[in-house]
Amino acid sequence: MTDPWYVLSAVLVSAAVTWTLRAAPFAMLAPLRHSALLAYIGDRMPVGVMVILAAYTLRETDPVALASAGPAALALAITIGLHLWRGSMTLSIFAGTAAYVLITSVIAA
Amino acid sequence: MQVMESEAVPQVRDEARNEVAAGWRIVLPACVAVVPLGLALGVLVVQSGLAWWWAPVLGAVVFAGSMEFLLVGLLAAAAPLAQIAVSTLLVNFRHVFYAISFPMSRVHGRGWKAYSTFALTDEAYALTATPEAAGWSRTRIVSIQAFFHVAWVLCVAVGAALGSLIPPQVVGLDFAVTALFVVLGIEAYKVRRSVPVSALALGCALVAALISRDNMLLIAMGLFCAALVCSYVLAARRGSHD
Repeated sequence: MTDPWYVLSAVLVSAAVTWTLRAAPFAMLAPLRHSALLAYIGDRMPVGVMVILAAYTLRETDPVALASAGPAALALAITIGLHLWRGSMTLSIFAGTAAYVLITSVIAA
Repeated sequence: MQVMESEAVPQVRDEARNEVAAGWRIVLPACVAVVPLGLALGVLVVQSGLAWWWAPVLGAVVFAGSMEFLLVGLLAAAAPLAQIAVSTLLVNFRHVFYAISFPMSRVHGRGWKAYSTFALTDEAYALTATPEAAGWSRTRIVSIQAFFHVAWVLCVAVGAALGSLIPPQVVGLDFAVTALFVVLGIEAYKVRRSVPVSALALGCALVAALISRDNMLLIAMGLFCAALVCSYVLAARRGSHD
């Protein structure tokens, strides 16, 4: 079982950083609005951060083992395909996850 | 005088009630939309081996959807606090820009301002990013945020309860987090259609995975930010605007 003090500190650290990011700009809104660098980075950040996060969540996937990479590739294709086709976040996430759970559970059994 | 005062009080109370109701009507679709995600987060918390009650605590205290999903994975991997701090900084960095349009000038009082900034989620930003929001009352704005907060925590708690019913033979539910980030990535791509930025990020992720799988997230984000700063400096020097 994970140490509750570690989990609590982690939750508080994450919350403090999030709150600071949300509150601080109100105190220094004027310089922020004129920072061209911040605007440049902020404009490009969301796509990049999501790509990195998605790759990070798949870090345990072995790209050359079919039993590991196969379900991930198929579930990714379903998620992306459905999202481009229907554009419904819930449907894409649910269908992709269901496919992944089904295949990996059958392989594990 | 006394008659006037006793008449004024219910009037004020009625107005407040109307504003709370207006806030509820505005936020209801967002609350419904977030139900599956909240349930998924709750399930994930239980599946990752944390006690079920961490799910509502996480939802209430961190209150930043995608970061909470990531945090569950980081907690399960016993990631150091510094890595959690930097990951939060980068994942939630977009919130810095919400201050530009959020109608904070309507929210008077330190305590209310404190709560309103704390609960300034993507959804709160999106719901108040309309021109008419600049004229909304404090009651309405804070109601929107508080209803959403409560709805989120409830969904996460219900998800945790459901999660403990799932048999251990069912594996792979954490793919929901991958799917979430992929879908959010597609949505972000619709706003900023840049193949080079996406390719750059993917390249950073792969290089980081080769360097160290345990520290992949930090290295990848660091490389990506450094590359963005470099490309900004180069673009500024060349005097181009892209």
